[in-house]
Amino acid sequence: MDGARAALPPRFQAWFEGRGWSPRRHQLDMVRMGLEGRDTLLIAPTGGGKTLAGFLPSLIALSERAPRNSAGGVHTLYLSPLKALAVDVHRNLEIPIAEMRLPITVETRTGDTPHAKRQRQRTDPPDMLLTTPEQLALFCAWEGARAYFADLRCVILDEIHAIHGSKRGDLLSLGLARLSQFAPHMRRVGLSATVNDPDLLRRWLAPAPRRADLVTGDPGAPPVVDVLVSQNAVPWSGWTARHAMAEVYQAIQRSKSALVFVNTRFQAELAFQTLWEMNEANLPIALHHGSLAAEQRRKVEAAMAREELRAVVCTSTLDLGVDWGSVDLVIQLAAPKGSSRLVQRIGRANHRLDEPSRALLVPAHRFEFLECEAARQAVEANDLDGEPARVGAQDILAQHVMGLACAEPFNVQDLYAEVITAAPFADLAWEDFERVVDYVANGGYALRAYDRFARLVRGKDGRWRARSADIIARHRMNVGAIVEIPMLSIRLAASRGQQRVAGRKIGDMEESFLEQLSPGDCFLFSGRVWRFETIAGLDALVVPAPGEEARTPSWGGSKFALSTYLAKRVRRMIADRASWPRLPDAIHEWMTLQELRSKIPSEDEMLVETFQRGRRHFLVAYPFDGRISHATLCQLLARRLERAGRQPLGFVANDYALAIWALQPMGAMDMDGLFQEDMLGDDLEAWLDESFMMKRAFRHCAMLSGLIQRRQPGAEKSNRQVTFSTDLIYDVLRRHQPDHLLLRCARADAAQGVLDVARLARLLKRIKGRITPVELDRVSPFAVPVLLEIGREAVAGAGAEALLQETADALIADAMELN
Amino acid sequence: MRWVRVCADAMETPILLARSDCGALWIELMGAPVGLRPSGALWIEHQSALVAGDLHLEKGSSYARGGQLLPPYDTIATLDRLQADVDAMNPRLLVLLGDSFHDPQARGRLHEDDSRRLASLAAGRTLVWAEGNHDTRNGSTALGALPGEVADELALGPLTLRHEPRPGLAPGEISGHLHPCAKVVLARRGVRRRAFVTDGRRLILPAFGAYAGGLNVCDAAFTGLFEAPPLAGALGDGRVHPLPFSALCGD
Repeated sequence: MDGARAALPPRFQAWFEGRGWSPRRHQLDMVRMGLEGRDTLLIAPTGGGKTLAGFLPSLIALSERAPRNSAGGVHTLYLSPLKALAVDVHRNLEIPIAEMRLPITVETRTGDTPHAKRQRQRTDPPDMLLTTPEQLALFCAWEGARAYFADLRCVILDEIHAIHGSKRGDLLSLGLARLSQFAPHMRRVGLSATVNDPDLLRRWLAPAPRRADLVTGDPGAPPVVDVLVSQNAVPWSGWTARHAMAEVYQAIQRSKSALVFVNTRFQAELAFQTLWEMNEANLPIALHHGSLAAEQRRKVEAAMAREELRAVVCTSTLDLGVDWGSVDLVIQLAAPKGSSRLVQRIGRANHRLDEPSRALLVPAHRFEFLECEAARQAVEANDLDGEPARVGAQDILAQHVMGLACAEPFNVQDLYAEVITAAPFADLAWEDFERVVDYVANGGYALRAYDRFARLVRGKDGRWRARSADIIARHRMNVGAIVEIPMLSIRLAASRGQQRVAGRKIGDMEESFLEQLSPGDCFLFSGRVWRFETIAGLDALVVPAPGEEARTPSWGGSKFALSTYLAKRVRRMIADRASWPRLPDAIHEWMTLQELRSKIPSEDEMLVETFQRGRRHFLVAYPFDGRISHATLCQLLARRLERAGRQPLGFVANDYALAIWALQPMGAMDMDGLFQEDMLGDDLEAWLDESFMMKRAFRHCAMLSGLIQRRQPGAEKSNRQVTFSTDLIYDVLRRHQPDHLLLRCARADAAQGVLDVARLARLLKRIKGRITPVELDRVSPFAVPVLLEIGREAVAGAGAEALLQETADALIADAMELN
Repeated sequence: MRWVRVCADAMETPILLARSDCGALWIELMGAPVGLRPSGALWIEHQSALVAGDLHLEKGSSYARGGQLLPPYDTIATLDRLQADVDAMNPRLLVLLGDSFHDPQARGRLHEDDSRRLASLAAGRTLVWAEGNHDTRNGSTALGALPGEVADELALGPLTLRHEPRPGLAPGEISGHLHPCAKVVLARRGVRRRAFVTDGRRLILPAFGAYAGGLNVCDAAFTGLFEAPPLAGALGDGRVHPLPFSALCGD
């Protein structure tokens, strides 16, 4: 590496020495890669000077450039998934620039940047521009982009592990392909936390079919992870971990500053409230989640940066973000569900590389104890769960194509050649690309009704361009891959005469939750209990209801499903009787009882228990494959059981097991037949088309692809006020053109995300021929947790029709009584 | 059919209800039996009249003009449903209760197949286009090549058909315009459906158009139109569900 060391110019070498540092190996490697002009992925743990390593080659190149008399363009573009991170990186970058007196200008550009400054950045670009993927998409739709980026030499993508596997990542990847057209000499630099499959990111980063080179930082001290063994009994089910909160509070007291991660907002509210109730020492503890008003979140972040807080209860909103030096403990409340997420969260504690990060896992119930233990072992073995490579979403491609047409006319063949250099779209067939362009131009309908309203027109030169300035303006207002969840403002109800009107704003909350409330219902928000009165326009009116019992939403549990990797470890742990004595007594006893009453499945087996309870017959299966694929499996099994005359009544699923109950016994059934893989054919299709999840997926695709516009010129309309319902459009399109591009997009999304069909397919394959049915005369110890979920969740099987019928029947019953 | 007297909420006069095999909900409106059909159309038996309101034809292409290329199948879908009802009931009189076209230029955008379909629907019966606020913008009520006749409002025995409900109580009125929707929340799930609204004295029809949105019947726009809390007839899967006002939720 001597050659590399020589690459650091004296001025930089002196700066490092002046700070008492010596450049790390991976920083020097990055400098060498820069000199060689290579696309490079840097994987390094937090606290290893990763960001500086990414910028060093550009800082050196800019410090050595010859003076010039005309204003240059942007040399280095930095893209961060978080606005706050871009701002923080800017601040950190100013230090070496100022101390070395480098003639380099750096500016930040986000949605919050004032219009005048953004205009000025266009005419007078800085050497380094720090921004977000959404701003890049806007640049791509700007007619001046080609000239603006002509001098671009380097693009740095931060936290790419957090963005590549999403629609946002698809859009970013397409944006990179465009930048490479503008600036053929531009190289790509990716910064990532530790991942299980670096090759996936290397392919994602470089223009397809190439792979970026890899530089790996030295690992830091291994983290110290403990699983909390509570003095109180571990509950059978639930997600609150209330039994262990006193111990969590003590852990906070013992630490300098702690981040308490939970998996949902409501869990955050609940944990925050519980901690406050026991906060005898009056520790400054704060709350941070996505529903709180932005300014409130900024306040918490600022207080954290000033080291004024002892703990923050937070959700994945703080998975990424600005480094806080004072955090020395990460507490994970309820199981982390995946080892990568856990490692990411643990990395938020202690940013000094040579000292271990400390984490405490707090299981909420018995199976979670096994899961937390599995996660602890996985972190110890550095066994991270990953996601499979992503196929680029065509609704995103449609948005991108429209954007390019807003900037300059395009030739279809050239554009296709460009698009397939974006890794997620590398395998896109020409026919599919043509169909996307046709969708952008005319809506892609078999009935050619919209030729005169086309959004793209083809010039005499054969190139496509946007039809009008109005269409361009509308597109630019709707750029981005994030579909905002429809939210309502929570406001204090005030009286004006007889009328109830909206008063002070408390925060924002998902419309879908508020719609489930009836007037008078109480709920937790921002650490307090409120009584819901009514929804007026875009406001939900509430009054304080201290001391009232708050109702928990049906989806209060984890929104993440147990990862395949952790699930496998849990199955192994259960099967390995030699490891049982190391578990806490209650868990050990529980598993011994299961062996006595029913059966302990081997690692590859799936146990299926059947028994009668009251007049109902139960089937409980233990695939250990995550809540989402279990729920999908339940839907499909229920259809089969219905056809087999078993009269299923309902079902429930958690991360470990699923239960179905019916009027007829299910014990004597052919289980291999019941769990046959062919259920993923027609049954799935038929159910999917009817399901509300498809409608929700369709709504997102319709927004992202520009079929409906989220924002309109001259009107700040919210989703709620969209004058047509995407459900109606879905119904009509499904009947008249079932193979339409957007329906295919929606099916793909639903299968990938909310239904996790791919994982279900792997599950069915895994258990084929390995199902162990056991007929019992009563419920088994393992079945208790999942059965306790009954009644907690809305009955997912109950259809909308049944609800209407029930209400109508009640009316008729009243009427008959009157007669 | 078996009639039952329903006296939900604070109604002074009970409503007479019955269900027929075709899923329609029958009520007595000012003494006249009428069928609320699951399609959202109304069947007035003694007049052999079928009434549908707020078709909003060509709403899709109306948005397409502004760059939102909604599927161009809404007119076909709407006429398909109307055709099914006409085939089932074979009415002597077909009344389209206003807002039949989404905007003043919509007629000009109508596909010729759809125009022909309208003509076939009118064949052998009287077709009346009751005036609607969308249709008369720009003062134009000309039908052009379309069949049928235009009327302000229509009196059928004790019943008066007009597009927009008169403010205050209007016994015997059948109207549309408001696009009523009923919402029920049960077992932590909300269901929102298009709905008829009636107190047995006046009736408001749901919008019939495939892309027509809905206004919650708890909205202030409905206050003052009924003497007592009305009943909602929510459109379900092949049947109309009678829901008491007290069971309904606002949005």
